[in-house]
Amino acid sequence: MDDNGILLAKDIVKVFPGSRALDGVNFSLRRGEVHALLGENGAGKSTLIKCLTGAYRRDGGSVILDGETIDPKNPLGAQALGIGTVYQEVNLLPNLSVAENLYLGRQPRRFGLIQAGRMKRDARDLLGKYGLDIDVSASLESYSVAVQQVVAIARAVDLSGKVLILDEPTASLDAREVEMLFDVVRNLKAQGLGIIFITHFIEQVYALSDRITVLRNGRLVATRDAETLPRKELVTLMLGHELQEISKSTRPKAEQFSQPRYRFKNYGKPGVIKPFDLAIRAGEVVGVAGLLGSGRTETAELLFGIRTPDSGSKALIDGSEVALTSPRTAIVRRFGFCPEDRKVDGIIGDLSIRENIVIALQARRGWWKPVSRSEQNAIADKYIKALDIRTTDREKPIRLLSGGNQQKAILARWLATNPEFLILDEPTRGIDVGAHGEIIRLIETLCAQGMSLLVISSELDELVTYSTRVLVLRDRQHVAELTDDEITTAHIVNAIAAREVKQVA
Amino acid sequence: MSDTVSLLRRLSPQLIALGVILFLIWLVFPAFFTVTFQNGRAYGSLIDVLNRGAPVALLAIGMTVVIATKGIDLSVGAVMAICGAVAASASVSGQPIAVTLALAIGIGVLCGLWNGILVAFLNIQPIIATLILMVAGRGIAQLITEGAILTFDDPALAFVGSGALFGLPFPVVTWIVVALLVTIVLRWSALGMLIEAVGINRRASMLAGINAPVLLIAVYVLSGACASIAGIAIAADIRGADANNAGLWLELDAILAVVVGGTSLLGGRFSIVGSLLGAMIIQAINTGILLSGFPPQFNLIIKAAIVVVILIIQSPEAKTLLTFLKLPRWASLGASKGAEQ
Repeated sequence: MDDNGILLAKDIVKVFPGSRALDGVNFSLRRGEVHALLGENGAGKSTLIKCLTGAYRRDGGSVILDGETIDPKNPLGAQALGIGTVYQEVNLLPNLSVAENLYLGRQPRRFGLIQAGRMKRDARDLLGKYGLDIDVSASLESYSVAVQQVVAIARAVDLSGKVLILDEPTASLDAREVEMLFDVVRNLKAQGLGIIFITHFIEQVYALSDRITVLRNGRLVATRDAETLPRKELVTLMLGHELQEISKSTRPKAEQFSQPRYRFKNYGKPGVIKPFDLAIRAGEVVGVAGLLGSGRTETAELLFGIRTPDSGSKALIDGSEVALTSPRTAIVRRFGFCPEDRKVDGIIGDLSIRENIVIALQARRGWWKPVSRSEQNAIADKYIKALDIRTTDREKPIRLLSGGNQQKAILARWLATNPEFLILDEPTRGIDVGAHGEIIRLIETLCAQGMSLLVISSELDELVTYSTRVLVLRDRQHVAELTDDEITTAHIVNAIAAREVKQVA
Repeated sequence: MSDTVSLLRRLSPQLIALGVILFLIWLVFPAFFTVTFQNGRAYGSLIDVLNRGAPVALLAIGMTVVIATKGIDLSVGAVMAICGAVAASASVSGQPIAVTLALAIGIGVLCGLWNGILVAFLNIQPIIATLILMVAGRGIAQLITEGAILTFDDPALAFVGSGALFGLPFPVVTWIVVALLVTIVLRWSALGMLIEAVGINRRASMLAGINAPVLLIAVYVLSGACASIAGIAIAADIRGADANNAGLWLELDAILAVVVGGTSLLGGRFSIVGSLLGAMIIQAINTGILLSGFPPQFNLIIKAAIVVVILIIQSPEAKTLLTFLKLPRWASLGASKGAEQ
């Protein structure tokens, strides 16, 4: 540990039943440094933070703060030792005043009574240091999220004062607010605090950080100086790709397709995703790549009518204009959508596998035309066999199935509706290797049968294998479209990492 | 065939509870099961249970379906009062029986529509949304009856409450017919499955293309209609509409009937037959306590105690314990427990 080090984590191990969430991770933080912690979902960022703050008890390794080994039992203990945390969702009490939030649990008292006047004065002074001049007796919720973040930071720094952990603080802020927050962070850095910064926005990483640590699958990938780490290399580190040139020669060329079946013109929604144009032909697989938070899922939700696009946006299906205002209207047009979070958005836990498979078909037919029980059984059995859903029988509640089998059942739900356009959001996430391959094969078969697919995936290999075109998203806009020979993992990584070029209108 | 078996297994706690309660009543009141026929109509304590339990049974039918969607309808007692008042005042103003019934049921449907719109479109929590009508409804009923008990003298309307059909009191026939109709519509169409899906996971259901708002409105409308029929039956029975007391607290009995019947307040899988058994269990307890000659001030306590026992027997914890005790090594387990003590 160098002289300037304030926090050192060595060989941290955290084991959850069935998985090793952290596997011998080393992490060091210096005084007066902003250290970005990066990695895709499930990489172990949050687990590492929780081990540092005592929210989880680590199963191995040591944490050294200011030269002393610490073992906080809970976040409060860590706070007392000097490690403060500010989360994306501000964890203060919105209906209390700003001053009360700052001094909650440690209000200045005299004879056991709270000195409201002194508390307000102190609060004003404290926030003054952050360049914030607000009415501290107003309730916290009357201020913007950015101000709430600063209040949370002020409280955390005032309580702990050595290390500040910022867990995605900018996720719901606009550009001006981000700048204001960054000024606050730079100020604290100048005061000698060590700051750990977690975010998904690459631009912000470079704007603020001195060093960058990348985690992947619970392992430390690299710790590098921000200045000497090119963007492209950072994205490669995060996505874990060795930049092998994989591309499939059998993939059909984009131009051999006929007219587009689906055209989305100027499709967008303010604050969700910038307007984009998208045309999809029959028998085509359009891959969507981008980091988390880049607008991938939002694109899918817009296309499926879960979010209604801006009034200027239009969808053309087979040449006729259609307003996709709800999933129902999309389903009538033979759309299907397998959501990313299948536990929340996909499965209907207590219903049987059979019911989960037939439910979309039933919903489209209408309640007065029930799919007969024998028909239901036939459909369920057909897809249980075709997709190799591992279950003892079709009447088992779907929540008892493993993740991969649930995913296959959701796929079966849409295949049973005989869709013409299928949107798959991370179809292979959290699925074992066997099922993984089966789902990729299924995507290729469906496409060969003339179905149009839009597949969102973090697995670039996968996208390269089956996509006829790849859309690349960054910072909630479509930034590139790769076709034919351009579809390689290297190109995709380049497009994701490319520095934003100001477009001249 | 296997469906029948699984239904019986599903309903076994309710059937056993009802059996035990009826047996206990028979012990203290041996004439309980005696049914006599006079003037083409059955009389007896058992018939009385079926008849007195009619309002709660009717409410429980609608309540079951509402609870299946993860909702609740607190307004049914007040809707009974409104619809009873509407029926009485229509009858007093000389409307024929068909118009009277149509008006009263129509008003019940409107009440359900109001609840449904609050829940489905304004996304108000069901307990709050229906609380509004629970409070306001009794006021509306009092306005209709102008504060007094509005009596009527139409024998056709009185028949709805105290007449007999096929040898059974008319309210009994009513709840059996309504239950059959609702069950047939829900289970022979896809409605039952769609309602359960919405109750288990509303967002996933909407993503699968289910029109959840319309379904939600429909279940509250059904609940309102069931409440209106119960309200008419009660008013018809006493030949008058009592805005203050008609259906008072019955929403709680209806919820209790649904819960005793084994439908979870968390929504999802529902059983109308279970709820009807629940309603009959509650009424059997009420009647049993009266017949057994306990001092009436004990009634509520005894009722609560019995309900608690039924709920404990049904609880997942008790079921786990039961399967645990059924294991062959239960003897050694008992021994170790003894050692602990």
